[in-house]
Amino acid sequence: MSILAFLIQTLRIATPYLFAASGGVLSERAGVIALTLEGWMLTGAFCAALGSFYTGSPWLGVLAGIGGGVLAAALHALATIRYRADQVVLGIAINLMSVGITRFFLRLAFDSSSNSPRIPGFDWAGASEGGTTAGLGSLLASFSNPLVLVALLSLPTVWWILYRTPYGLRLRAVGEKPEAAASVGVSVARVRWIAVLGAGAFAGMGGAYLALEQHQFTDSMTAGRGFIALAAVIFGQWEPKRVALACLLFAAAETFQIRLQGLQLLPSQFVEMIPYVLTIIAVAGIVGRSRQPAALGRVTEP
Amino acid sequence: MAQPDLSAPARDPWYQRLMEPLLPPLTALLIAAVVGDLLILSFGQSPREVYRLLVDGTWGNAYGFGQVLYKATTLACTGLAVALGIRAGMFNIGAEGQLALGGFAAALVGLGLPAGTPAALAILLCLLAAGAGGSLAAAVPGALKARFGASEVIVTIMMNFIVAAFLNWLVATKVSVAESLHTPEIHAGAVPRLAEVFPAFHGSAANFTILVAIGLAVSVWWFLFRTRAGYELRAVGLQPDAAEYGGIHVGRTWWRTLLLSGALAGLGGVNYVLGYKQYYEEGFAAGAGYLGIAVALVGRNHPAGVLVASLLFATLSQGALAVNALVPKQMLDVLTAVVIIAVATAVPEVQRLLRALRGRQA
Repeated sequence: MSILAFLIQTLRIATPYLFAASGGVLSERAGVIALTLEGWMLTGAFCAALGSFYTGSPWLGVLAGIGGGVLAAALHALATIRYRADQVVLGIAINLMSVGITRFFLRLAFDSSSNSPRIPGFDWAGASEGGTTAGLGSLLASFSNPLVLVALLSLPTVWWILYRTPYGLRLRAVGEKPEAAASVGVSVARVRWIAVLGAGAFAGMGGAYLALEQHQFTDSMTAGRGFIALAAVIFGQWEPKRVALACLLFAAAETFQIRLQGLQLLPSQFVEMIPYVLTIIAVAGIVGRSRQPAALGRVTEP
Repeated sequence: MAQPDLSAPARDPWYQRLMEPLLPPLTALLIAAVVGDLLILSFGQSPREVYRLLVDGTWGNAYGFGQVLYKATTLACTGLAVALGIRAGMFNIGAEGQLALGGFAAALVGLGLPAGTPAALAILLCLLAAGAGGSLAAAVPGALKARFGASEVIVTIMMNFIVAAFLNWLVATKVSVAESLHTPEIHAGAVPRLAEVFPAFHGSAANFTILVAIGLAVSVWWFLFRTRAGYELRAVGLQPDAAEYGGIHVGRTWWRTLLLSGALAGLGGVNYVLGYKQYYEEGFAAGAGYLGIAVALVGRNHPAGVLVASLLFATLSQGALAVNALVPKQMLDVLTAVVIIAVATAVPEVQRLLRALRGRQA
């Protein structure tokens, strides 16, 4: 049971990473740097809280979260694809903007500067009502949020899009050699628009999971998870399968640390560093050759 | 009558030459003002009233202006750090971590020195420590970029988190005052407040670190445009392949630039640690490193532009507190982001338009 509990907790911690990293793979394989995952996620979390609060339905909350992520991604796409702004600069700006705008509207909508009121989340088997249900009951309760299962399917979906659909072929071409793709009649801008909006949708879903799981939106609640997801994308070398493993690995390290908190084997701050240190090692190409999509971050003429 | 010399390029009229440097900030501010009006109206307030408060609370009185100068000092340092990197073709996103480590190093040295150390010596040693701390945080991306060509964007971002966690651990377990997230007060190395010379600034955090920031801006200008190393740095930034062919060691230039850039950001930490609180406190950087990117961008990576841009963003940041009674202070965070997006997006469009118009005249 202990191992099962460990796995379940790992999965729950991995859920937002899996969602955001799916968006990261989609966007970066199309050649658009995904520094913005953090901002898209935060916007998604806020919109999910709004949606769930006003409609009373967590499902509509998820939809609103996706909408929020897509909206933030559209701004990014407009600036970087249509107006060819620098992707790194825009990424930083959109992250700053997400923090500011969610705080601003938090005051406007809920008259609070730190958190929203309690919002309806997914409550199968009365998971959040407390009560220690034993055995199968607690297992079920752990999965009371259906997004955990959806998250497990997100990277396989991205894999399927990339390697099994005509659009995926074009997307990979656009990320590697946009000029070649353009010369055979592929619209680079259009492929990138779709990829970035899709990435926003995935990240928004990750944000929605956070807000619904905690039954409220709190200020800056993504807390760097978007960057951990980006770290997973890079450490997983832009391959959906490896990226999924990286997400699970990072989440397992966190679970391990939480479980062993009493033992103080390793200070929690050092566990926090793991994804970042591994990513630095990966980009330096010290373990195996890590190659990013050739056109990543390059502003190409249409 | 002499014939006009056709070989000399025609000089643009003065208003066109003035438009080149002034248009980007003006366009950005105009767009920010429109978005700002919308946000203010959405909160049911009068834009005129909010802007009046913003001006009154910043440039309108000595205390507010002192606070603007204080905030601009840190931003000038991180802005110079980012600008120097961009001149060499690199994005240093790590100013946040470099600033924090610089501030921490200065606090450590200030703590270590005996109380009787002459102020000038103590400040000098703390400054050196701050620069070294910033350089240390930048050394990892610098070495990996020079040696393996690893993306400095990714490595500097990751370093921000690593430095934050590391300092967090050090402060929490090794050097904190009980039940707090800051170090003990330093014994030596406090930088005097501006108020000691200009009493009007009384109460504001403005201090003489501002001279360090101005001195750094002048030094960076001189380095970039008057030295051989600065020329090499700019050559690498414009065209690394051509620079390599011209005999410039590109990897070494990247490495040196990141060390210098980190030192500039690290020196910004002195403003808080020696000039304001007299101790290192977790989270004091509070986004000043990321804002350095905005400062460099609006200042067009020129030291003089960086100084002006740091005043602009410091005004927005201090003004936020002044308007908080009417609209949430986060409005100014949004406007800061809008300014960055506008400079990166709308300004090139306007410049293209200007060039097209001028082409038609000719």
